Amino acid sequence: MTGPATIDEICVVAVAEAFRGDGEILCNPIGTVPIIGGRLARATFEPDMAMTDAVSVLAANILPVGDPDAPRVVEAWMPYRDMFDIVWSGRRHVVMGASQIDATGNQNLAAIGGWRMPKAQLLGLRGAPGNLVNHVTTYWVPNHSTRSFVPRVDVVSGPGYERVADLSEAVRNNHEIRRVVSNLGVFDFSNAERRMQVRSTHPGVTIGQVVEATGFELVVPDDVPESRLPTDEELHLIREVIDPTGLRRAEFPS
Amino acid sequence: MTEDDVVARLESGMTIGIGGWGSRRKPMSLVRAIVRSDLADLTIVSYGGPDIGLLCATGKARKVVYGFVSLDSIPLEPHFRIARQTGAVDFMELDEGAFYLGLLAAAHRVPFYPTRAGMGSDMMAMNPELRTVTSPYDDAEEFVAIPAFRIDVSLIHMNRADAAGNGQFLGPDLYFDDLFAKAADATFMSCERVVPTENLLDEGTFHTLKIPRLFVDGVVEAPRGAHFTECPPDYGRDEAFQREYAATARDAEAWDAFRARYLEAPDHEAYLAAVDGRGGAGTPS
Repeated sequence: MTGPATIDEICVVAVAEAFRGDGEILCNPIGTVPIIGGRLARATFEPDMAMTDAVSVLAANILPVGDPDAPRVVEAWMPYRDMFDIVWSGRRHVVMGASQIDATGNQNLAAIGGWRMPKAQLLGLRGAPGNLVNHVTTYWVPNHSTRSFVPRVDVVSGPGYERVADLSEAVRNNHEIRRVVSNLGVFDFSNAERRMQVRSTHPGVTIGQVVEATGFELVVPDDVPESRLPTDEELHLIREVIDPTGLRRAEFPS
Repeated sequence: MTEDDVVARLESGMTIGIGGWGSRRKPMSLVRAIVRSDLADLTIVSYGGPDIGLLCATGKARKVVYGFVSLDSIPLEPHFRIARQTGAVDFMELDEGAFYLGLLAAAHRVPFYPTRAGMGSDMMAMNPELRTVTSPYDDAEEFVAIPAFRIDVSLIHMNRADAAGNGQFLGPDLYFDDLFAKAADATFMSCERVVPTENLLDEGTFHTLKIPRLFVDGVVEAPRGAHFTECPPDYGRDEAFQREYAATARDAEAWDAFRARYLEAPDHEAYLAAVDGRGGAGTPS
């Protein structure tokens, strides 16, 4: 292991931190950096979390990313259909991407330019509508800019706080956007107005840079800490065990 | 039966359910038989992959009903992308779990199943036909009522089957093929190999026999019938072929060549010969 932590490793740790305190739930990150973050959290401070092999089983061991042949210790069969039993049970914390996200946490994965005849068809609603009203969600946005952090998303795939405010008590109780992790910082909704707030900025990133790259008014507390650095143990796990081939770096704008 | 015998049982305007998931265990030889036919104005219900892409690109689909349309290793189906961006097809896009409930309601012959999925999202605005329902119990909570899909015919592909219509999956996931069979008025099943009933337990336990003949109206033996999608343990996805297919969405000339070479092959055997004859890229292992 050589060299100080790089931005991709700081983001991995920021994702891992989103799972702190989750206990025995399904940790279900989608995307390379989120998966590494989830596996890191389970390998260190959240050992009770369950995780899939990204195919069809829950694997009890810590798997390296991008290696379909890595030996796995199977603890349960998890065909795709059974995932909905877990989603609807609430015992899940998903990390999804967001092509667009707004100040109240509305997420768009579906389409740019409206849904009727989109200028750009994206992945679609996917599971976002059901995820948000059933269990905890974190978002990972590797390209923080005014194109991704927008005043108003074109399509609401995953509803934010404003959208669920008038819904049932059950929905409101299930709904939590734990964190938004970007390549510039970490954000949450921990104020009374439930508007996106800066939680930390990554080392070397100023608040001014974050504000400039955001297309809406962020809540900025008086004291914004730096995102924490990986520990030596975490760097070892990221570099040698979970992502030995460096796939995590591919998600970052060059 | 042959693929063309199945197509003879279909009519223009029908709603067709297609099993598999993304670019996994899709009944592709049956899909290509539809492409070769005179059928038109179809509504396709699917956890979509190249089935939806091909039926959009060839103008067979008037409407598509889906939870997603993906090629897995290529996250968004490129021909579907074009169909959506040009407004070429009507669509009903549902949350992935809500889609499951539409199948389940159809299989159970109830008009809807309630869910929270969709509350607060634009799924409701995208699909103005969706309604909500209030719990008749003390909680009085409002739910989305996902309507039962009305499916005329479902098409699924299994690893093994017997001639009577009992189907077997040997891979890691059945997906929703049992529900597609149960939700439709009629179901036709292609398979890698037809085996005698007494041999159905040779390669898997009885847990793999999830498609009973009660829900199947005809069987087509189609070795490599899911190509280029995966059909484990018989073969993996033909990624090289899939890349070639995906590239045709950006290139009209390549699409014409693909169509002439593979989609206009008169039957499944001729298609496989064209696939194997293309040189270079690997045949499925």
